[in-house]
Amino acid sequence: MEQVPETKASATLERLLPGQSPVLTPGHTLETITDKIVSIVLRRPVTLGWVGGFALFFGLMNLLLFAMAYLFFRGVGIWGINIPVGWGFAIVNFVWWVGIGHAGTLISAILLLLKQGWRNSINRFAEAMTLFAVACAGVFPLIHTGRPWLAYWLFPYPNTMGVWPQFRSPLLWDVFAVSTYATISALFWYVGLIPDLATFRDSATNPVAKTIYGLLAMGWRGSARHWKRYESAYLLLAGLATPLVLSVHTVVSFDFAISIIPGWHTTVFPPYFVAGAIYSGFAMVLVLAIPIRRFYGVQDMMTLRHLDNAAKVMLGTGLIVAYGYMMEAFYAYYSGNAYELFMFKNRALGPMAWSYWCLILFNILIPQMLWIRKVRLNPGLLFCASLVILLGMWLERFVIVVTSLHRDFLPSSWGMYVATRWDYAVFAGTLGLFFSAMFLFIRLMPMITIFEMRMLLPQAKLSEEVSAHD
Amino acid sequence: MTEPLLHGVIAEYVTPDGLVEACKKAHAAGYRRMDAYSPYPLEEAADAIGFEKTRVPLLTLCGGILGGLSGYGLQYWTNLSAYPMNIGGRPLHSWPSFIIITFEMTILFAGITAVVGMLTLNGLPQPYHPIFNHPRFTAASRDRFFLCIEAADAKFDLNETTRFLQATDAVDVAEVAD
Repeated sequence: MEQVPETKASATLERLLPGQSPVLTPGHTLETITDKIVSIVLRRPVTLGWVGGFALFFGLMNLLLFAMAYLFFRGVGIWGINIPVGWGFAIVNFVWWVGIGHAGTLISAILLLLKQGWRNSINRFAEAMTLFAVACAGVFPLIHTGRPWLAYWLFPYPNTMGVWPQFRSPLLWDVFAVSTYATISALFWYVGLIPDLATFRDSATNPVAKTIYGLLAMGWRGSARHWKRYESAYLLLAGLATPLVLSVHTVVSFDFAISIIPGWHTTVFPPYFVAGAIYSGFAMVLVLAIPIRRFYGVQDMMTLRHLDNAAKVMLGTGLIVAYGYMMEAFYAYYSGNAYELFMFKNRALGPMAWSYWCLILFNILIPQMLWIRKVRLNPGLLFCASLVILLGMWLERFVIVVTSLHRDFLPSSWGMYVATRWDYAVFAGTLGLFFSAMFLFIRLMPMITIFEMRMLLPQAKLSEEVSAHD
Repeated sequence: MTEPLLHGVIAEYVTPDGLVEACKKAHAAGYRRMDAYSPYPLEEAADAIGFEKTRVPLLTLCGGILGGLSGYGLQYWTNLSAYPMNIGGRPLHSWPSFIIITFEMTILFAGITAVVGMLTLNGLPQPYHPIFNHPRFTAASRDRFFLCIEAADAKFDLNETTRFLQATDAVDVAEVAD
């Protein structure tokens, strides 16, 4: 019942060759791969399901615009933030969205360097996911400044006031890290698209579409000289994006770890933030991939092997995250610092204890079912597990931000944090922005990298006799 | 009116093997102004037509070094001369705090140089190229492989070059107008 009909081929293969589900179901040629991916955008009519889904998320995106307009009108007082909890949903959401972006870069850059061929069919939409997630993340630092029209003061530029930014602040490091990340991700995505846009240009019959794809393809013609420089630049970008992606969440964790707030001031933050980012990112990849492969019938390109591998990555990074939670508790105990110890007790037993125990349940206990092979090969269960992990990772940032701040050194300055409807509206609005952008992307761009899928074909490789140097 | 100018003679192949072999033969026969076209990167084809080295990595390295220097230089200059700020009593030149922005600027400049450098060296964006005059060329972004020996080549001779390409594994040989 859990197997949709289209996965039958994959499922049959899976039974015949356990653990050997192929990256690309056999039987494809250069022609069929091209046609299949091109037809999703250029030949397939717009369905009612797409329109309905897009309308829903587009509506949510309008909620974001409305909530932001009201925020600019009234100020950040409409949110639940207060003193001592000066960082509320805005920072929680920012860290959550940036983290989700990380899986896209991991798939497109790190797995490319590690020669993981299975990444070829999921890297394009994972990169798109990165771009849109970073865009959603970027909303929050901007609007939480209170006076967003002055946000450009964060950038170093010669001005009549004669002032320059404070370069020793992790918040400024964040500005550089996230804007570099957004730029490099966009470049990586666009460079990867160029040859596929040329395919679209050559396959489009509608003159308007042909012109637009033609302009975007910039006259790409697949010349051997071009490909050589292209491959070189693409590999270099992957090599640059790899340390970059690790640095971005490290810098995000510095926003916390450089401070002296109990619960934030720990050295485990950078690695555990990076692992958590990849954890939630892969969960989002699966939340997107499982419906996409079903609705667009691309189970032969995004096979059970992809789901299995992604689930394994989640399992691994999830265990690193669990280690991080353990270390937080251990630091609190072993440091002998009364404030650290109190922070941990308050987190586990205080008024916000529900969030901590939900976090342990969603992020550590439930995902342990991924050890079971049957679960990893069951798209429906995997989809649910991914949703749970996404929720868990959101709660993790909530626990870190709110429970550390609301009761610090002096009991006289303790407080509580309750999010308002505007907090929820902005968060739901960014979900709308993210998913409506994904809906548009799937209809307008090749969501699977055509030229890299061609390279997976056996007939795309040279026979040894020819490739041997004479 | 003079007869239409010729860009070159183009041959079409069904397999990557056919293309690479033809490239090797053409290079051995002394042709230099030619280009191979394939729907996915085929490094062997570039090697076979004598294009073995690209300057993209060197450019990227220069971009990265420039980015790192400007990132560090910006912080050094603003903190020591333009706008000195005492933050927690740390020295004005507190280099460990400057490392992160230096690193990010290195990556940013190197990445932009890699992409802009690749596009510039490739001559893209290019609004017009004669190769697209070949009616079958749309298959180059689909499933076919092409080799075009250009009329500008010193050894080019319409009849002889056409015969030469017909002798390879080509399924179709045609002239391309400029």
